[in-house]
Amino acid sequence: MQKPILSLENIYVDFERDGVISHVLDNVSLSVKAGEFISIIGHSGCGKSTLLNVVAGLVPVTMGAALLENKEITGPGPERAVVFQNHSLLPWMTVYENVKLAVNKLYGHTESMKKVHERVMNNLDLVKMTHAKDKRPGEISGGMKQRVGIARALSMEPKVLLLDEPFGALDALTRGHLQDTVMELHDRIKATVLMITHDVDEAVLLADRVVMMSNGPKATIGKIVDVTSPRPRVRRELYDDRSFMSCRQEIVSFLEEHDRVVKFEPVPA
Amino acid sequence: MPFEVQKMPDPASTSTHPTAAARATIRDPIAVAQQKQINAAKLRKFADKVATWLMPALTIAAFLLIWEVISNAFPGGLPAPSMVLLESQELIFNPFYDRGGVDKGLFWHVMTSLSRVGIGFGLAAIAGVLLGAFIGTVDLARKGLDPIFQVFRTVPPLAWLPISLAALREAEPSALFVIFITSIWPIVINTAVGVRNIPQDYLNVAKVLRLHPVEFFFQIMLPAATPHIFTGLRIGVGMSWLAIVASEMLLGGVGIGFFIWDQYNSSRMSDIIVALMWVGMVGFILDRLVAMIGQYVSRGTTAD
Repeated sequence: MQKPILSLENIYVDFERDGVISHVLDNVSLSVKAGEFISIIGHSGCGKSTLLNVVAGLVPVTMGAALLENKEITGPGPERAVVFQNHSLLPWMTVYENVKLAVNKLYGHTESMKKVHERVMNNLDLVKMTHAKDKRPGEISGGMKQRVGIARALSMEPKVLLLDEPFGALDALTRGHLQDTVMELHDRIKATVLMITHDVDEAVLLADRVVMMSNGPKATIGKIVDVTSPRPRVRRELYDDRSFMSCRQEIVSFLEEHDRVVKFEPVPA
Repeated sequence: MPFEVQKMPDPASTSTHPTAAARATIRDPIAVAQQKQINAAKLRKFADKVATWLMPALTIAAFLLIWEVISNAFPGGLPAPSMVLLESQELIFNPFYDRGGVDKGLFWHVMTSLSRVGIGFGLAAIAGVLLGAFIGTVDLARKGLDPIFQVFRTVPPLAWLPISLAALREAEPSALFVIFITSIWPIVINTAVGVRNIPQDYLNVAKVLRLHPVEFFFQIMLPAATPHIFTGLRIGVGMSWLAIVASEMLLGGVGIGFFIWDQYNSSRMSDIIVALMWVGMVGFILDRLVAMIGQYVSRGTTAD
């Protein structure tokens, strides 16, 4: 059994707002092996974004610990690069400059200009965006922006890549293309990935394991399902794949079951 | 606007080549309809452009006419436009003369005032953006300083003059200080608002990349706050122009403000009217200049 690269140990997260404490995460434990692709799925407001932000270091834990390679995560850092839902590219920089900002920060002190340039171009090439390198984010489509966001995250050569509903704002066709890109990248660079999604098919298609979260407040991991379908996976063949369909069925029934007990209490996103 | 419509006949309806029109109709009625639509749109655009230039000219002409009539009806008061043209000929047509001392063309007076604005406002811009960025980031500083700024910003420019004269003891630095202290507040306040409104996404990017404060300032904070900063600069440059004209009246020497005061003392109303137009035009140009620079610099920052 491989040693986990990332482990979440009994994590509790509470938020305080106007004197009211809401318990968002309640005793969440999970260990992730190197190279593993984990999808986290759950209803809106169940705290899956909070969980990802804990790993990113953007949200502090109330109790418990998140460990990356046995070191406690205490703040954000490039070894846990995030692809944000709304791309978060800096609009005053070109596509090239957005990626270069990350590369420069991490390698600018030790590597030559030429090497930095190569790194930027390589990462843009991985997501097939070299043709638009001089465009600004305002001039490219939503799918393209998200590609650049992925390139920027990859350029940090993270130990864990965190995807926060990366395709949530995209139309179905673009979404499919980007899912293929992410699958291909995962196969090529053997990245460890944590992805949040609320799309069942997406969760199963990309993941080695799908983590299902119960509803908040006091959300925790309800169930984990292994996706055993062999890689590389092809979207249109998956509906004929028995193990894919059974995973899908399991997740859908989990979500439906929990849909009935949604409590309408204010929970910070 | 009927007179414009007559100028540009609709080519589709008054075509002098019936055969060509007929051929076109036979060949493709859709193309003809499209052509009609295109022509109509072109005509509308042209009429709109003419109106943009013609309307201000008309209002100015009307304004001058009313002024002329009223001034002639009450002689001895404000000189009529025709009178101004006659009395201040040299001032209007030769802004570049220089007979030494303060006897110079208006161009030189304006340039002197502008150079004071350049220095005072330039310093205010640098200090204002830095101070604004500081109180925008450090909440305690904002809490402590904001009430003071809100009070200071309402103090009229000339009220600062006695204090700065007493402290600095000389006219020139006092004038610069008045400009500085008048124009810095809108810059500080707007910059702080811009900095406080930097989207969380950009802050997260900076955190994940672990940008250090200097990198953060230049790569994220300044560009993200640019639209707000330029709103402040634009208000600030307008106020500094107000401040310089007023303070020069009291300080004397070369400068458009003192020129106006000087002419008032020698009862040359026509010269004052000409100088006023210069003041207005220069203020307008300053405002547009800062707005244009702002637009150029912040291109892209608001695009999503």
